[in-house]
Amino acid sequence: MSDKTDVWQGTLALMVLKTIETMGPLHGYGIARRIEQTSGNLLSLNYGTLYPALLKLEQEGSIASEWGVSENNRKAKFYKLTRSGRRQLAKEARDWQQATAILARFITPSGDAA
Amino acid sequence: MKRLRAWLIRLAGLVTGARQDRELADEIEANLQLHIDDNLRSGMLPEQARREAILKFGGVEPAKEACRDRRTVPLVENLLRDGRFAIRQLRKNPGFTCTAVLVLGLGLCASVAIFAFVDATLIKPLPYRDPAGLVGLFETVQFCPRCPLSYPDYLDWKRLNTVFSAADAFEASGFTLRTAAGAEMVGGTLVTAGFFKTLGVAPALGRDFRASEDAPAAPRTVLLSYAAWQKRYAGNAAVLGQTVTLNGDSNIIIGVLPRGFHFAAAGEPEFWTALHTSSNSCYPQRGCHSLHGLARLRDGVSVRTADANIKLIAGELEKQYSSNRGQGGSVISLTELEVGRIRPILIVLLCGAGLLLLIACVNVTSLVLVRAESRRREMAVRSALGGSRARLAGQFVTEGVVLVAASAAIGLVSARWLMRLLISLIGADQMAGMPFLYGLGLNFRVLAFAAAVSIGAAALFSITPAWRSLSPDLREGLAEGSRGSAGTTWRRFGANLVVLELAIAVVLLAGAGLLGKSFYRLLHVDMGMQPDHLATLRIAAPDSTHGNNAKVVALARDVMSRVASLPGVESVAVSTLLPVIGGNTMWIRVAGHPFHGEHNEVGYREVSSGYFTTLRTKLLRGRYFTEADDASRPPVVIIDRALAEKYFPGEDPIGKQMSYSGATSPRMQVVGIVEDIKEGALDEATWPTLYVAFNQDPDDHFALVVRTSKGEQALLPTLAATIHRIDPGISTFDQRTMTDRINNTTAAYLHRCSAWLVGGFAFLALLLGAAGLYGVIAYSVSRRTREIGVRMALGAQRGRVYRLILREAGWLIAAGIAIGLACSVAAATLLRGLLFGVRSADPEILAAVAGVLGVAALLASYIPARRAASVNPVDALRAE
Repeated sequence: MSDKTDVWQGTLALMVLKTIETMGPLHGYGIARRIEQTSGNLLSLNYGTLYPALLKLEQEGSIASEWGVSENNRKAKFYKLTRSGRRQLAKEARDWQQATAILARFITPSGDAA
Repeated sequence: MKRLRAWLIRLAGLVTGARQDRELADEIEANLQLHIDDNLRSGMLPEQARREAILKFGGVEPAKEACRDRRTVPLVENLLRDGRFAIRQLRKNPGFTCTAVLVLGLGLCASVAIFAFVDATLIKPLPYRDPAGLVGLFETVQFCPRCPLSYPDYLDWKRLNTVFSAADAFEASGFTLRTAAGAEMVGGTLVTAGFFKTLGVAPALGRDFRASEDAPAAPRTVLLSYAAWQKRYAGNAAVLGQTVTLNGDSNIIIGVLPRGFHFAAAGEPEFWTALHTSSNSCYPQRGCHSLHGLARLRDGVSVRTADANIKLIAGELEKQYSSNRGQGGSVISLTELEVGRIRPILIVLLCGAGLLLLIACVNVTSLVLVRAESRRREMAVRSALGGSRARLAGQFVTEGVVLVAASAAIGLVSARWLMRLLISLIGADQMAGMPFLYGLGLNFRVLAFAAAVSIGAAALFSITPAWRSLSPDLREGLAEGSRGSAGTTWRRFGANLVVLELAIAVVLLAGAGLLGKSFYRLLHVDMGMQPDHLATLRIAAPDSTHGNNAKVVALARDVMSRVASLPGVESVAVSTLLPVIGGNTMWIRVAGHPFHGEHNEVGYREVSSGYFTTLRTKLLRGRYFTEADDASRPPVVIIDRALAEKYFPGEDPIGKQMSYSGATSPRMQVVGIVEDIKEGALDEATWPTLYVAFNQDPDDHFALVVRTSKGEQALLPTLAATIHRIDPGISTFDQRTMTDRINNTTAAYLHRCSAWLVGGFAFLALLLGAAGLYGVIAYSVSRRTREIGVRMALGAQRGRVYRLILREAGWLIAAGIAIGLACSVAAATLLRGLLFGVRSADPEILAAVAGVLGVAALLASYIPARRAASVNPVDALRAE
């Protein structure tokens, strides 16, 4: 696992929200798989760490859960985005883009610094 | 907002935890299955697929744990778990739990109930605007520091003072109320027009007196008390403008006073009328003192400054008017006036209840300690299994809190009940003087007091056992046979506690003993009469039908002759005033003695010829009055021993002439000397008293005294009926037996209350102290069973075992009694003001207390000693 990166603190929630927005209602395993796939398998995730994060988002009202049946006919708990979750996603995505843009200015050498 | 929502859900999670736990387990299991399915599809073997999925998951239990912590509030959840465990533990040990809860509940009950009385009396402000600025005004003479004012003096004080923003006067009195059924005597108070404005009290209905409404010519107006409005007018608002006939005058009702209003200095009057100077011949005279003053201090003026100002004015008046000779003035805060008398008693009671609470706390502490001692091993095991010190201490805290919470619940409920009981025992007469007690209840101050005491107790019961059983050698608890060493350290500590308990019990017993003896002395003070088998009642004959002296004398004779013929009646008499309630005074001069206008103040009352024989008061010299001493004969008087000794030193008063100090007073001849009768308060020295023949100076308000050979209580209604048969318009009131009258005097009443209550506390303290000692000795015996077994196996006799245990108890008892006696002598100084005829260090009482406590304590320790002596050495040794 040494060639993979652990999930950074505080970004998991954003990834979860974004994943659910993209994929529609999804169960915990699906979310975890999707996060790994989206990262091009660069991120390593213990699936168990997802559940406290899901619980927190649910308690804060960003996502809601419901029992359903998976594609291969197994019972599973599905998470979907709520309206306030959508708003939160938009805001956090904006914040994140801003942060990375600022950091990028520091890291990438450019002419206008002079 | 989001955070708040999350917290609320987490708090709710405390309740729904178990279900959510199951749901989470299901969810994780389902997701693992999805993962395994995927793995199988990608070609793994079943075993490998499962293994890979679980590895990837990264630990099911930590994930669940993390969710659980997030789902609820871990701290609260631990607390709840500890609480449930504590309740389970306490229920497993019902003997300990019941004893501890009841003992502590008892202490809380007593202290909370007494505190509620203290609160209602001393803490709760009086129901007036800015009560601290209100003062009472009094005239002072040599023997009477709080004497009534005369109306002209009141006017001068009001005019000349520089310290009051308002000054008013009132006279607590009674009215004959004409009702449909006849006449009834009701409580009433006359007030000057500004009285309620000065108090800062506005009527709940209608209006206050107008400024001129106390002028002689103004129409008569009256305010109703709330209680009178409810009782007599059913709370009907249409009462305003109606008239009511009081003392034969019709009064217009102008308002109703607020519900919570009370004014202890006037008792509980139903009718408050404006004071008209024309309504009483006393008011215009400077020498006739019947009023009480009420004033409001100007801003920034202290009671002391006001007192100095009034004394100065009184001094001026003294120079100006001969009637004011020897008269000073005095200003006392209204609060002091209303509650000053019972403050020391309440403080003593609060101390008593506090001591009882303390003893209860000590008792429970030692129980808790014994329990903690027996749980050292449990604690050691939990600590060895990884329980942190804080977590273990938390267990003790939770148990302490649960214990105290149960006690507090019991204590509060029973305190409420005890308060009701005490109030119901107070009786209407005494309540009239303490109307502030109507405000008694579990208000927020009382609840705060209960909470503070409970928190203190909870701290005590959690810190002591935690400190004892979480000592550094915690792990020693695991070692076999370590009980011996733990036992000795405990014994040293527990023993000190029981000495403290016994000492407190001694203090309370001594206090109760002193108050009890004082009460006995008070009731057995020399009354100068035989109070048993006397029925008394007071009579007010209406002016309209009995308006002149001859008619009143005829009425009194008629009443006496009819009553005398009732079955069982031995003798009957009338008097203007009854014994033990004090009353009127006069200034006298003795003919032939030098006289310079000084005020020789003596008590006086008009009595009929049979008065002294009815009371069975001893005649020392001369003769009693006879029926022949009437208006047609020269005036005669009888004096008591105190008057004879004071004003006729070294001479024989019989046949001497005396008169009142006024110029127009007739000369009166002394015809007899009687023994001193307790005319005033039981705990005060007897005043010199002058008795005048009723037939020569009658009054249409008089009292009837009847000696009967049968039950005097049963005679009372017959007396009233007999009088009403003469004239239904005559009102009779205040009917009671002489014994009842004596028992209900303020002095006797306060003495009785404090003696009974402190006695009750002392009895409980004795029980708790003995129980505590029993506990300590029994515990010690159970610890030493093996030692005793060894001793007996080696040949010790049962007698020696008894001695062994009783010696241990004996030291504790002796120490407790010695310390207690020393403390009670110190504590008794606090009681000194309440005691009558008893010294604060009364050797008889102290000896009796030591005896009672010693016997009780020895009995309490005899039971475990007996158990120790009956130990079977074989069993004792095998038990280890």
